[in-house]
Amino acid sequence: MTQTKNYIQSCITIQNNEIVLNGTSVFKTEPTDFADFSKQALRNFEIQYPKFFKMDALSKLAFLGSELLLSPIISSEEENNIALVLANKSSSLDTDVKYQESISDKENYYPSPAVFVYTLPNICLGEISIRHQLKSENSFFIFDAFNAEFMSNYSNILLNSDKADKVLCGWVEYFNEDYKAFLCVIGKEENEKYRDENINTLYNK
Amino acid sequence: MEALKEELKNKIITTLNLEDIAIEDIADNDPLFGDGLGLDSIDALELIVILDKDYGIKLVDPKEGKSIFQSIETMAAYISANRTK
Repeated sequence: MTQTKNYIQSCITIQNNEIVLNGTSVFKTEPTDFADFSKQALRNFEIQYPKFFKMDALSKLAFLGSELLLSPIISSEEENNIALVLANKSSSLDTDVKYQESISDKENYYPSPAVFVYTLPNICLGEISIRHQLKSENSFFIFDAFNAEFMSNYSNILLNSDKADKVLCGWVEYFNEDYKAFLCVIGKEENEKYRDENINTLYNK
Repeated sequence: MEALKEELKNKIITTLNLEDIAIEDIADNDPLFGDGLGLDSIDALELIVILDKDYGIKLVDPKEGKSIFQSIETMAAYISANRTK
């Protein structure tokens, strides 16, 4: 495996009703709940994707972040070998709780298939892959906190072993209206803007 | 029957999160799957739950779903003939 240096190509942070893309605030709303914020964001960026409204909050968060990072670099003419490596702390707990509540009354026992399908965190990777027709490597990890070193190492392995041409990696955490997404695209092309920045620095900005 | 069709359109829009679709957009004979409303397999399961939960109809044979869920018209006819609540 050739050891080459890889570079952050672009990054996005979504938290507190605001989306910051490559250091610039591109969308912000008055304080509201995540469902409303995410819907407004979708409309603002004129993203036509009805399936978005069927997703749970974690998938909506991952979808929005990935959409703004991947749309400019996705080619419609050739296969896009972009690996997905995401992590969070709460897994799919927000949806797990909602699902559990929906089946807790034995007298009114009607499990919702549409809620059940989101009771795994890696479903958000599937949503991104379906949207961009990705058939590439993808993994979802659970950590107590954002682990920049792990993300960086894992991405470098994928890139240096030619398993992927680019890697979309980062943190997508959602539980009970508390959310943060930090995603970045890592690739082999040198990028002046992020030459001295590492993932951890960008995450904590 | 007309009231039931209206009710079904409302339930489908709300339960299946069809955000950009209004009741007026769904014709009684529009296909619910494929080129019509574009519902998917998970939506089909949700429709089965609606039949059970709201109309007391348990589908024993899943193959029945294909004809029942063709359109609002076929759903309403099936519900009218088989509802227990």
